Amino acid sequence: MGYPHPIHPKETPVLSTHFGEADARTFDGWVKRGGYAALRKALEMTPEQIVDEVKASGLRGRGGAGFPTGMKWSFMPKDTSRPHYLCCNADESEPGTFKDREIMRWTPHALIEGCIIGGLAIRAETTYIYIRGEFTEPYHVMVKAVAEAYAAGALGANVFGSGKRHDVVIHRGAGAYICGEETALMNSLEGRRGNPRIKPPFPAVAGLFGAPTTINNVETLAAVPHILVRGAAWYAGLTLSSPKSTGTKLISVCGHVQRPGVYEITLGLPMKELIYDLCGGMLPGRTLKAVIPGGSSVPIMTPAEVEECATDYEGIVAKGSMLGSGGMIVMDDTTDLVYQIMRLAKFYAHESCAQCTNCREGTAWTTRILERLLAGEGKASDLDLLLELSEQMTGKTICVLSDSCAAPVVSGIHKFRADFEAYLTGAAVPAMAEV
Amino acid sequence: MADETVTVTIDDVQVTVPKGTMIIEAAKQAGVLVPHYCYHPSLPSPAVCRMCLVQVEKAPKLMPACVTAVTEGQVVHVHSPDAKTAREAVLEFLLINHPLDCPICDQAGECELQDFVFQEGRAGTRYADYPKRYAPVEDFGADILYVPNRCILCTRCVRFMGNVAGDPVIEVYDRGDRAYIGIDQDERLDHPWSGNVVDLCPVGSLLSKDFLHKARAWDLDKTASICPGCTQGCNMTIDTRDDAVVRLRPRPNLEVNRHFICDTGRADYRWMNRGDRAEAPLVRDGDRLRAVDWDAALDRCATLLNESAGPVVVLAGGRASCETLGGVMQLVAGAQVTAAMKVPMGAEEALSGIPDLALRAERAANLEGARLLGVNASWASAMAAVSGAAMVIVIDVELDDAEATALAGASHLAHFATIADPRLRTVDLVLPVTTMAEEQGVYVNRDRRAQRYLPARPAPGMARPAWWVAGQGWARRAPGRSAPATASEAFGALAAFGGMTYRELGMTGRVVPAAASVAR
Repeated sequence: MGYPHPIHPKETPVLSTHFGEADARTFDGWVKRGGYAALRKALEMTPEQIVDEVKASGLRGRGGAGFPTGMKWSFMPKDTSRPHYLCCNADESEPGTFKDREIMRWTPHALIEGCIIGGLAIRAETTYIYIRGEFTEPYHVMVKAVAEAYAAGALGANVFGSGKRHDVVIHRGAGAYICGEETALMNSLEGRRGNPRIKPPFPAVAGLFGAPTTINNVETLAAVPHILVRGAAWYAGLTLSSPKSTGTKLISVCGHVQRPGVYEITLGLPMKELIYDLCGGMLPGRTLKAVIPGGSSVPIMTPAEVEECATDYEGIVAKGSMLGSGGMIVMDDTTDLVYQIMRLAKFYAHESCAQCTNCREGTAWTTRILERLLAGEGKASDLDLLLELSEQMTGKTICVLSDSCAAPVVSGIHKFRADFEAYLTGAAVPAMAEV
Repeated sequence: MADETVTVTIDDVQVTVPKGTMIIEAAKQAGVLVPHYCYHPSLPSPAVCRMCLVQVEKAPKLMPACVTAVTEGQVVHVHSPDAKTAREAVLEFLLINHPLDCPICDQAGECELQDFVFQEGRAGTRYADYPKRYAPVEDFGADILYVPNRCILCTRCVRFMGNVAGDPVIEVYDRGDRAYIGIDQDERLDHPWSGNVVDLCPVGSLLSKDFLHKARAWDLDKTASICPGCTQGCNMTIDTRDDAVVRLRPRPNLEVNRHFICDTGRADYRWMNRGDRAEAPLVRDGDRLRAVDWDAALDRCATLLNESAGPVVVLAGGRASCETLGGVMQLVAGAQVTAAMKVPMGAEEALSGIPDLALRAERAANLEGARLLGVNASWASAMAAVSGAAMVIVIDVELDDAEATALAGASHLAHFATIADPRLRTVDLVLPVTTMAEEQGVYVNRDRRAQRYLPARPAPGMARPAWWVAGQGWARRAPGRSAPATASEAFGALAAFGGMTYRELGMTGRVVPAAASVAR
């Protein structure tokens, strides 16, 4: 029967192969499915060999930025006079994104195994997994799996008798979106207010507790065991488009499609096939209006842009947006885009950490302008003002939260200006009246 | 490494600065002020206000000058159109929730938000028709009010309390535009150095209750001074309005107090404004004191000293300047002298984040100066010597009752007084002298740093600086003597300072060379 949906022929199940199998959650069940073979292999390898293998695979960060994972690991100092740390970013809070949750719910040991291998690669003996506060089930699954891994000797002072140590500490967030930003996450782990840190210094130099730290997304780490077992060449060959975008990617699709859910695709799959084949396309009688392809922080795409778009890092950039976290929000023609953009802006205004002036005040101001527009009280100058504010919220702050607020606003106004103007001319019914 | 330098060009001015210098500091060297709020040279930089964004050639975006280190050959434009537009935007953002209640704000006139908005901001706002954020004024502690509406969340106060004072009782609470500076409900902002947050606050958000609505900034006259409260010798500014001292604030001196003073020093100015001052010289005439002019008083002083054969005791208060102590020691030279400075003791209160900075236990500004000038007997031995002394000279000392009683039994007593003391019933001579706020002089702090202070208000009545009185008395004791006419001359004549001059001391002082004290 299969996990929420049967595997579609155009999917490439790697990480998601065992989604939906309760037994895969247990240590024994995971070993039965080939789990921990990668770890045993990694224990025989030098850190450099692991890093080289991952470099050769072309694996890129699955959290949003898409930075090559092997290269990130290679930034870590070889000197271990200070402890090194691996952080796993499981604070999956980007609106529209719900892929890491599934990894933790169904294959917790894949993540634990990835963490230990990542730790070996960067000479870290401890991994902190920072799980989003709202993720109740994934948290409990992970806690249980970690306990099992300790009991089975995969974690602890002597990983599988290798003499090497690795500990996993699970930390539960308290519900702040900003704590998914890597340096805010570290501050939060240290018990400080979850404010992003100014860079440099970069985490590889001074990260968690001031020690060299690498932070990776759940999906990134969970992909590593597969790369070690099946080889970098296999992974690098998994692409339908650019050799710079290799492997599989979990795409969480939500919104107005017939079958929303988490799909694992080979990078480069045409976005059209993803939406129309895998997800079953629009609801009856509806047409596609807009897609936010990579979590709420990326620019909005038009149907025309979706038409020709390859779902990979470069392909989406070429169409004016980003792959981001792979959290795809599909909107059909019943959608009030101005309202949706206001909702996004309101989210960012609520979640701004309040450090940087442009973000703290800009996100809130942007929201107020949009709310007023929706109430039918907008001014002709509001659109230009929104664009100007967005300009001053982009590339001006410590982290990219304010850029993320600006992206949908700017792309929305540029690509769907008529929707905004309808509120100015009175053609659209004031939506905020009933809110 | 430390002496490596880097040459950069900032707004067309080339400067060479030590490697690792941040652009904002290098710009100061180039004579360019990069507008900023969160940056402060004595605090860690969080780069949050985004006001100091500057254009750096070859950088993909504007860089925060407070945390971007200079690199060789770097070309920086502080006033490029992009940088100015960015700052204009930050100012507009900062103002959207700011009440603009400048007419009733204590900070007005010395407000960095006013200054930079005036300099670079937009004339109008585009944030019309929306209500501004409102939150009521909060009482943070002993002397501090927090006005959240005016707050621009630069977090200088948070960093001061956390990183410098080591007492992190305040923090940014909430998020987004609802954020404010909050204090733990069980805490008070009453650290012995907490008053500095008021100075650090670039806007009128953290206010001193003591100064609340007391004066407008533009009505204040500012005088460079030295805190007379303890042996630390913090540099400070005396703010006066119509000749009344209304506020003391720290004056930067990286060698002594950086940018801070303690709350004890800050609050201790009311004595400077006392109205019950000794204003005319008084001489004993039978069983009463008679007001005379300075000539008569100084003659009497010289006569008394010339006629009294025997030991002399000098009792000085902790605020006596080097000029005064040197002058008095010269005045009594020739006799067997026991000279001491009274040093009230208190608790030491360190500012943990700054090395060698504390409110010192010894609450006497010029203790080290006194030692250098031979005023070095113990207070107890000096008091013990009073009964056998032919002459006792008291220089502005706060006496307890037992001491006053003992002094009433002295053979002869001259009082260099800022306030006449009725307990000294047998006093022969009351010589009205200025306080440190009314004269210029030098204090030597515990690290032997000689530092000048300047007169901030006029002397009352006929009061004259004690060094002048001592000098005149000395000149009248024998023919052919010429007393110093100025404080500068009086200081220059002090052998203990080996020829140091006011000019050399400047306004941040200099350490007295060890050889000078050996010569003493």
